Amino acid sequence: MMKSFLRAGGLWLFILLLLVSRSAGPAYAQSPSDANFLASLDALRDASFEDKDAIIDKLIQGAHPNAQVVLTAFLEDRLYFRNDDQKVFFAKPAAEDATDLELVDPVTLKSVGTASVDNLTKIGTNNHLRRTLKTALARFALSSPDAKTRLVAARDIEQDLDESNVQMLRERSGVETDSSVKQEIGNGLALAALDGSDTPARIAAIQTLRHSLRQDVLNKLQGLIAQSSDGTFAESDENVRRAAASAAMSISRKRTIYSAFETLFFGLSLGSVLVLIAIGLAITFGVMGVINMAHGELMMLGAYTTYVVQTAMPNHTEISILVAIPAAFIVAALTGILIERAIIRFLYGRPLETLLATFGVSLILQQLVRSIFTALNRSVITPNWMSGTLQVNEALSITYNRLYIVIFTMLVFAALLLILKRTRVGLQIRAVSQNRAMAKAMGIRSEWVDALTFGLGSGIAGVAGVALSQLTNVNPSLGQSYIIDSFMVVVFGGVGSMWGSMVGGMSMGVVNELLEPYAGAVLAKIFVLIALILFIQRRPRGLFPPTGRASENQ
Amino acid sequence: MGALALIAILVPLLNQAVPASSPFHVSAYGLTLIGKYLCYALLALSVDLIWGYCGILSLGQAAFFSLGGYAMGMYLMRQIGTRGVYGDPILPDFMVFLNYKSLPWFWHGFNHFGLALLMVAVAPGLLAFVFGWFAFRSRVTGVYLSIITQALTYALMLAFFRNDMGFGGNNGFTDFKDILGFNLHSDRVRVVLLVITCIMVAVSYLVCRMIVSSRAGRVIRAIRDAESRTRFLGYRVESYKLWIFVFSAILAGIAGALYVPLIGIINPSEFSPINSIEVVIWVAVGGRGTLYGAAAGAFLVNYAKTYFTTSIPEAWNYALGALFVLVTLFLPRGIVGLVSGRVRKPPKSEPLHAPANSPERSNE
Repeated sequence: MMKSFLRAGGLWLFILLLLVSRSAGPAYAQSPSDANFLASLDALRDASFEDKDAIIDKLIQGAHPNAQVVLTAFLEDRLYFRNDDQKVFFAKPAAEDATDLELVDPVTLKSVGTASVDNLTKIGTNNHLRRTLKTALARFALSSPDAKTRLVAARDIEQDLDESNVQMLRERSGVETDSSVKQEIGNGLALAALDGSDTPARIAAIQTLRHSLRQDVLNKLQGLIAQSSDGTFAESDENVRRAAASAAMSISRKRTIYSAFETLFFGLSLGSVLVLIAIGLAITFGVMGVINMAHGELMMLGAYTTYVVQTAMPNHTEISILVAIPAAFIVAALTGILIERAIIRFLYGRPLETLLATFGVSLILQQLVRSIFTALNRSVITPNWMSGTLQVNEALSITYNRLYIVIFTMLVFAALLLILKRTRVGLQIRAVSQNRAMAKAMGIRSEWVDALTFGLGSGIAGVAGVALSQLTNVNPSLGQSYIIDSFMVVVFGGVGSMWGSMVGGMSMGVVNELLEPYAGAVLAKIFVLIALILFIQRRPRGLFPPTGRASENQ
Repeated sequence: MGALALIAILVPLLNQAVPASSPFHVSAYGLTLIGKYLCYALLALSVDLIWGYCGILSLGQAAFFSLGGYAMGMYLMRQIGTRGVYGDPILPDFMVFLNYKSLPWFWHGFNHFGLALLMVAVAPGLLAFVFGWFAFRSRVTGVYLSIITQALTYALMLAFFRNDMGFGGNNGFTDFKDILGFNLHSDRVRVVLLVITCIMVAVSYLVCRMIVSSRAGRVIRAIRDAESRTRFLGYRVESYKLWIFVFSAILAGIAGALYVPLIGIINPSEFSPINSIEVVIWVAVGGRGTLYGAAAGAFLVNYAKTYFTTSIPEAWNYALGALFVLVTLFLPRGIVGLVSGRVRKPPKSEPLHAPANSPERSNE
């Protein structure tokens, strides 16, 4: 019913259009090149696939200014002719299931209104044609004024190095000014020359390719030096083989170095998360001697704060995370101060009891969040500026969210160091942690400082939660999965030492990533834990043991 | 002890002799539940022995418990024989499923009950020995020890979750058929198991009592209260700690071994760190350093858990959490301390309101 109505409507519209176009038809005069162009397009209508190939060539030779647009439309299956008057148009990109298409005149590039798909016939392509079209378009792109477009085009052409494409690259190489495009074209030409028969040219090509980092180049070179089972080489010329072997070695060495960089970076980003969690713990555990098992749950609160902030400002997903950072800090810090005032202040000097009491708190917080938000995973949207990858070169790419987390950790770390070392509150915190009785005698309100210290440590847990919400699903047991690791970081680094937590967390992250390819994720983690257990036996006070009078009493 | 004897005699009687219609009848479910509590009581004893008397807060007791359970589970798995889904006479079902060609070396001999019993004690004991030997010699104490025992448990849990460890991955062992030829699903066998568990708890209690009231027991308490001073008096603190730790691990292992045939399943989640901490709270609720308090605490908390999780599940976590907080804050000596009313000074190493690092604190 609906459909037939639409069809009838389309028909009327079409008739209307027809009348309009007929009356508007003679309004402009066609230049001879336009006429040729249109003639070629008309020929496309009933041509066989081979004929279409020839027509595409002709269109390119004709160098009509609209050729690129029309060919792009052809490649994207948007070239149609109207059933009624057999005129060729291309459609503007539309949804897959759209019933009406907006048609564009190929010569004037003006919209001529919409038409129903039922009244149009698509001019089809096949795989071979699409390839021809791609190279043809690459040729246009190769002379585009935008260097980035040229680079992409050069890469596309390299995938299909036939006679004409090589010629095209060679022409472009003479006039190219951008160095990276020039290098890419050089690569393409070298790859082509490698398939030739001229030995010096091939060796020169190999010398050019040595500077590439790409996997496909490496594969090609390795293909040259491959030896089949009966002892014969894929490549008969020994000089070429030798050059290829040395180039392949150089490329694979460079690639190994870059992949080591990548592993290192992955390790650092994993370590950053641990550091972020551990520095909060280091304050409560190290400075105050309190084992806060609810630290993970404070982190979880931070992550949920991020979620709530995001839900509260749905139109500003790009900046909601920036709002979430202070919000999470405040939520977690206030919760922390509440825990300190209500429970922990009665338990100072009894670390094992704080462990049990805060474990109880962690159970309550988890159940509280489960009651409010349910146990389902909540997903926090990653803003656009944090997603995607930074392509350093062909062998090394870095994801932005990991990069930002490393940077964020550094900033939080620096801020914390500043607070502890340069502010009055920091001075008081250090004084109380070193000698409570003496600090009190000097007029420091030690109870107040305790609450503040605990709030600071908890607030940092909240901030860590914001970072975690970008990496994993937000659910009530989020904190559980990190808490044991981060306690190990604190113990490994040396209790109460900020730098210890930093070095400890980073090295744990890197070692984990280094082991992972050989042992798998779970086994790597087990190894790290066992190594840490053994390490603590050797140095019970960690990498950076607390020194001075305070440590005597620990 | 009286209560134990009462359970050992009364529960089987109520289950077997009293008709199902009578209000005094104990169902098979109730029987299993009581058996479970008894195993937990034994586990609590092992924690109380090292925490209450020696001051070692081990958060790895669940690991020893599970190791004992796994040793027993391996025997029970081998007993299934051809009655498994795949009917392989040697390989348990999960190995057939995971394409094992032959038994891994550590599975050999587990068809003998004797070896399984031996391993129930040896596996946790050996782990405790190796771990304790390193830890106590390098004087890892207090919270550091708690944290690394927790890390150990966590690492073991991750390891047992792996399929290629040869322990059934995350499904663990289940679907047991019989023990020493007796059908595990018959009520009569369960009653016998319950009685054996009762006897084991009683014997363990007596042994623990003997240890703590012996000369060595006094040294152990001295270590809890002033470790360095004890060392200066010429006692080998490390050896005392190591042996009490190993003994406690074996007790936990036995508890696990009794638990598995009663409950009929063992899987890696038994290793999870929260289980170890829960045991500590049973002991704290009951009253640490009393042994019978620990067992009572295990019964009480687990009964509450069963009650809450069936009637108001959300409330259990709140209740458990509150229990942790309230007991540590207001009941440092647990229910025993509340009931007995005897005024005893709290352990010297932990003065109630002393601030951290205060100079008057004794070394710890």
